[in-house]
Order: sequence, then C-alpha cells, then structure tokens
Amino acid sequence: MANTDITSKVMDGMGPHGTKVGLLRVLGPAHVWALGVGIVLVGEYMGWNFAVGKGGAYAALIACWFAGILYTCVAMIDSEVTSTVAAAGGQYTQAKHIIGPLMAFNVGLYLVFAYTMLEAGNAITAGYLVSVVAGMTGYEGVLDQRPFIILVIMFLAWLNYRGVLATLTFNLVITAVAFVAIIVLFFATSGIIGTGIMNHAALMEGQAALPYGTLGILAAMHFGLWFYLGIEGTTQAAEEVRSPARALPFGTLAGIMTLLIAATLTWYICTGILPWEFLGDGVNGSVAPLFDAARLSGSTGLVWLLGFGTLFATLASANGCINDASRAWFSMGRDRYLPKWFGAVHPKYRTPYRSIIFLVPIALIFALGAPLDQVITFSILSGLLGYTFMPLNVILFRRKWPLDSIKRGYEHPFHPLPAYVLLALCAITYVAVFLGYGTQLIAMILFYVVVSLWFHFWRYRFVNRGAQFTMPWPRPKGY
Amino acid sequence: MARYTPPEQSKIGQLIDVVVLLGLSLGALFVPLRMGLSGAAKVVATPVENPTWETLGQTAVQAAQYEALGYTPATAHDLILARFDYSFEWSSLILMAVLIIGYFVIMLRLSEQEYKDVINEKFGE
Repeated sequence: MANTDITSKVMDGMGPHGTKVGLLRVLGPAHVWALGVGIVLVGEYMGWNFAVGKGGAYAALIACWFAGILYTCVAMIDSEVTSTVAAAGGQYTQAKHIIGPLMAFNVGLYLVFAYTMLEAGNAITAGYLVSVVAGMTGYEGVLDQRPFIILVIMFLAWLNYRGVLATLTFNLVITAVAFVAIIVLFFATSGIIGTGIMNHAALMEGQAALPYGTLGILAAMHFGLWFYLGIEGTTQAAEEVRSPARALPFGTLAGIMTLLIAATLTWYICTGILPWEFLGDGVNGSVAPLFDAARLSGSTGLVWLLGFGTLFATLASANGCINDASRAWFSMGRDRYLPKWFGAVHPKYRTPYRSIIFLVPIALIFALGAPLDQVITFSILSGLLGYTFMPLNVILFRRKWPLDSIKRGYEHPFHPLPAYVLLALCAITYVAVFLGYGTQLIAMILFYVVVSLWFHFWRYRFVNRGAQFTMPWPRPKGY
Repeated sequence: MARYTPPEQSKIGQLIDVVVLLGLSLGALFVPLRMGLSGAAKVVATPVENPTWETLGQTAVQAAQYEALGYTPATAHDLILARFDYSFEWSSLILMAVLIIGYFVIMLRLSEQEYKDVINEKFGE
C-alpha cells in the first residue's frame, strides 16, 4: 500500500496549496454532527410539507422513507470518499481528484447554490416566524419581514467571519434544542404522556388518503429530499476537523440516523393534527408545520418551545449553509477555478472571509426576491445533481484506487449496490421534479450546460494543471 | 509533458468573470420566474359557490381543525380545492431525460480530457 494513509498521525492527507495561512483544525465529531444535522433539521420544521401538497400525506411518508434510503446511500458513499479526501470543498475536492476539473467546477457550483438557496429559504422562514409571533403577541398591522430576513443573514455571516469553532459550537447547542423540541412535541401530542390529540384516521380519510393516486407518490419524491437535504455538507469541515478519518464518517452516519428518526416523527405529528391541504401548502397554508401543530395542541409551553425550535432550526441551518457554501467557493478560488481573490484566509480568524462576504448579497437577492417553493426547488435541484455525481464518483474512485491502494478511514459495504440504488432514486426524483416544476428543471440544466462551456473554453486557462491534484495519492490505475 | 503555465488574470478580468457567473445564476432562477414559467401553480378546477365544509368535502374532524386554525369555508376555499395538474407530454419527459443524460455525458467526456493533462503533469508521462 502506498504512503497515503489518511489515518496516519503524522500525515493528514492535506496537500500544499501555496497558501501561507491555513484553516484551523479545531473541530470534533460532535461538531461534524452539528454541521450536518444543523443544516438539515430545518427541513423537518419547514419545506418537507410541500411533499404532502404534491401527493398527499401517505405519499409524503413513502417519499420520506425512499428519500431516507437515498440519503443513507449518500452518507455511506460520502463517508468513504471523504475519509480519504480530507480537504475543504467536500465533494468539489473529491471530483477534482477522481473525475476531473470540469466535473469539479460543476459540483462546486451545485454545493454553493444548494446551500445558498437553503440559506435564503431559512431566512424567509425566520422572517415569517417573527411576523407570526408579532401577531400572536398583539401586533395588528402587517409586519414587514424583510428587515428580519436581512438581519438573520447578516448576523450569521458575521458569526462565520469571526471563526469556525464558535460558529459550529453555536450550531451544536441550537440544533440539540431544535431536535429535543420535536421529541417533546411527539410525546406531548401522541398520547404516550397525557391525552393525545392525534387523529390520523379522520384526517386522512376519503380523498385525503392519496389525492393524486400513485402518480402523487412519485411527485412527492421531489420535496421528500427536503427531509435530509444538506447532510452531505459534513464533508466541508474536512480541513478543519482534528481527526478527519474518524470524525467525518462518525458525524455523518450519526447525523443520517438522527434525521431518519426526526423525519418520521415529524410526518407522524403533523399529519395527525393538520388537514393535508393546509399542511401541503407551504406558502399560503402551513409555512412552519411543527409550529402549527404546537399551536393546535392548546399548550402555550409547546407553542413557545416549537417557536424557538423553528427559529433555532432556521438559524442553525442558515449558519451551516454559510459555512459550507463559503468553503466550496473558497476552494474553487484557491484552485483558480474562480478568481483567486476568493481563495484568501483571514489572517486572524482563519476563515475564508472574502467568500463569506461575497455570498451574503446573493443569499439576500434570493431571500427577498423569490417565493419559498421556488427557492427550495432551486436548492433541491442543485442537490440532486450533486447526488447524481456521487455514484459515478465512488465507482470511479474504487476503480482508480482499489481498496488495497489507499487506506480508507471508512469502507462502505455492498459496493456497488448503494451506488446503483442512489442512481436509480435520483432518476425517479428527476421525474418527480418534472411533475410540476419541469420548466425550472430545464432552466437549471441549461444553466449548468452554459457555465460548463464557459469554464472549459475560457476559465480553465487560468488553472494550474498538475497543482490541482493535492492529495498524496499514487497515480490512478489506468492512467 | 511540458508544464503548463497559466496566464495571470487581471483584476478587471476577475471581476468580469464573477459578473458573468452571477448574471447566469440569477438568470436561471429569475427569468423563468418573471416569465411566469416556473412551477406549476395549483389551480381550482371547479370552484364552489357559497362554500360550506360539506361542499368542500371536509369531515367534521377536518372542519374542526380548519376552524381551530382560524379558517372559514370561504377563506379555506382555494386552499382546499387547488390541485396540481400532472398531465404531461411524453415528448417533454423524453426531452428532459435527453437533456440531463446529455449534460452528464458531455461533462464526463470534457472532464476526462482535462483530467489526463492533470495526471500527466502531476505524475509525469
């Protein structure tokens, strides 16, 4: 085996980038969990319920579990590759080493847009929540949500600017509170403790069962991804964790297990309390379904708990998104895929500060200028393209560097079955997005075709060829 | 293989590249949005005049939840009756599939060309 052991105490797999100041290695497995779950948990607090609107409550449950299988494959595949490619940029850096520069450029953009759109969606939800709380506390006018949306994005960008340890420790605390809030709501409303208020049978009878038939199950897969979208973001912390080979697989796999529990509980609570048409309309009906479920519980304590839970989940997610999007943008700048100005690290705080600041106005444009379902769809589509890349990536990874050539921190089982399952589920989800949002899907693909041509025929001339390959790996098999 | 030395890009050039990328990204979301092409807005196919919970197809339990949320049959009318239209042309679905597969095929082929140069320069011919 070549001298490429990522688990080595003396070699961490980092390669030279020519930068004088690097990112700080200060994070542990709990921070990785907090980054992954923190980004995603907001998907239980808002957005997933569009799946109910697209197919009904049962369709949303089936989508939840199929999307759970999709993301379990993502987490397994990602854990293996990331435990070996321990550098900022996550899947972007993986693609650069395994498939090639153009693929890497596209993957970098998938990451930036998926996270920046998710951040915008979080800010919209936080603004909505403030307006609801204002109404509940006696304000009679129509509250302007825009200042709160701007405040959320600016505050979290500032936090990210100041340092990664404080940012992700903040995430760890508020993510834990948001997760516990879901558990408390489940016990308080299900009848396990006290009197239950669930009424699944009555709320799902008649046309409410499967309003669009089996086609609705397929359509619901579109927003089923929202239960888990972003868990793959754990890889962005690879250059800042103390032990990437151990912390990244542990944090990622613990994260997906947490989310599978939270997603199923969320579906159970909301469909047992809220009528499906109201639940399924995340723009005119239930913007924050768990919060709405708490409102119908009749408990002031639960309303406050889920109000804070929703707010914390949106903040944790937006916080993690700023962290991840800026790392991906920074990595592309460092490799000259984007102007090198973005590849700078703050001399004092050791953060990719220029990338953090640059992405703030973009998030604001989307948060203030587009409706929530469009923003979410844009994020999901970018994520989906990234998931389509992953099976190709791991198949080529195993082919170019077989198990006996590089020591992995984690080896995912049953290869290549998870890759094929993931590819099949991605294909199904493209059809699901096509049902209802086909124009946006085509616009998005055309965008990536145009930027790919722009990169290949123009931008790539500014990129060093051999210097991009920064991992201490042997020559790939077959080259 | 001769080592490739990339040209140094001017600050103006860097700025133009960022503006181009930003323009394309904003266009991808906002052009379909402004043209009213994005998303399939739900429509009420058969409106109900003077709606009641019964005529809206709601059971007593469902109606009670709507009332608890602050709705009346009139204010809940559009929310309850609006539906997606999932009728589609097979040709559109095939076009989408061709577009996605074509995108990945082109990208993998161009990436492979670039990748060979990277490996050759990194590890030598």
